[in-house]
Amino acid sequence: MSNSTSTTSQSLGTQVRKSIFRVGIPNTDRKRVLVVLGNVFLHLHPTKVRTSGVKLRYTWCAGGLSFFLFLVLTLTGVLLMFYYRPTVEGAYVDMLDIRSQVPFGIMRELHRWSAHAMVIMVMVHMFRVFMTGSYKPPREFNWVIGVILLVLTFLLSFTGYLLPWDQLAIWAITVGSNMAKAHPFVGAAGPFSDFLQIGGVPLVHPGSDARFMLLGAKEIGGTTLLRFYVLHCVGLPLVAATLMAVHFWRIRKDGGISGPL
Amino acid sequence: MAELKTAVAEKPKTAEQLTAREKAIRRLQEKGILTMDGQPMPRRKFLVNLALAWATFAAAVGGALTVLGGFLIPRVDFTKVDVFKVGPPDNFPKNSVDETFKDSKGVWIVNDGQRIFAMSIVCTHLGCTPNWMPNERKFKCPCHGSGFTMQGINFEGPAPVPLRRFEVSLSDDGQIVVNKGRLFMAEKGEFDDPRSYIPV
Repeated sequence: MSNSTSTTSQSLGTQVRKSIFRVGIPNTDRKRVLVVLGNVFLHLHPTKVRTSGVKLRYTWCAGGLSFFLFLVLTLTGVLLMFYYRPTVEGAYVDMLDIRSQVPFGIMRELHRWSAHAMVIMVMVHMFRVFMTGSYKPPREFNWVIGVILLVLTFLLSFTGYLLPWDQLAIWAITVGSNMAKAHPFVGAAGPFSDFLQIGGVPLVHPGSDARFMLLGAKEIGGTTLLRFYVLHCVGLPLVAATLMAVHFWRIRKDGGISGPL
Repeated sequence: MAELKTAVAEKPKTAEQLTAREKAIRRLQEKGILTMDGQPMPRRKFLVNLALAWATFAAAVGGALTVLGGFLIPRVDFTKVDVFKVGPPDNFPKNSVDETFKDSKGVWIVNDGQRIFAMSIVCTHLGCTPNWMPNERKFKCPCHGSGFTMQGINFEGPAPVPLRRFEVSLSDDGQIVVNKGRLFMAEKGEFDDPRSYIPV
């Protein structure tokens, strides 16, 4: 059997098993390494972890909990998408209907609470990494990716804030998008935007500035809701998931989970 | 004497002096797989732990699937039930097919001489819309050639059962009311249900 390379000499069950599990029972260190390397989910992680690296009192598992909350948010978010319509007529009533007219209507609350928890947990993670000096070389690039992920978390939170389409949501986004209006160069009301003009025709005006791009209109409306919905459900999660993969990969490449190097 | 021997044997060795087997035992002791005496976990304890672990896993998966399945079955169905008036029975002369409501409501009002009923315009083969051919006195489906009599009985082509009928009743002002929320099917013997027609 060991000399035979022909699959016809194997039983179908053996062939199926070997096509899925390449390595067999991982009873040696070499096989354990091969199992982790051959698994698309596990291979992002180190094959071996320093004992100090998994000590709760050192890492607080803040990064792991952030990722766990991201998974919870993805799952509950996809389920909410079955009932929520990002339209001016549908959004608010759908948000209310999910709570009362669907079994396990707590799904919406789970999404909301997890979102708050993720923002908190990402900041806790950042605080821990700072306090243990884990941003220092060779991990400085991963720190930068982490900062981008923090910003993405805030943006996900911000775009999700509008979706209930109640007074709180609309005025919060009004305030938030007014900041875009006041930005230098790209905001119509911001400094230096007057400089951007061709032959006296302004390039940056209320119908073309950053706020207009954010809202899809001069005021918050259906276009804004749709824009924020697409960003919240597709755009930002895709970017965040990609950067998370890089983040986890770099943990492995930069010396494993934090600990004295 | 025995105590003395034991004391000598348990004198801590440095890592270099340990054999591979001793290292492995020490590692398993640290993980709790072997007791500190070097004995394996009792079989009963192992089996209980294994059963508890699988029960917890099954409960978690089962709970998650219950939530998932439950969430996808809403308590409220917002499908609009169409109930509408089509006019008094006198508007529908004997042996006629009224196509007034075909496009707007999806029904033919048929008076076959004995009964007035509201018939679905959906072919029972694959859901196309048959045409009423006044000269041939039959419904003919353009998709696959199913033919139905004036009463909607299938007599040619692939359609397996007669056209469906909807609930009809008379309102206080003498008009026929059609309720598309209630179907009557010939194959269930429902065409003789008094709610499915209005006697002429």
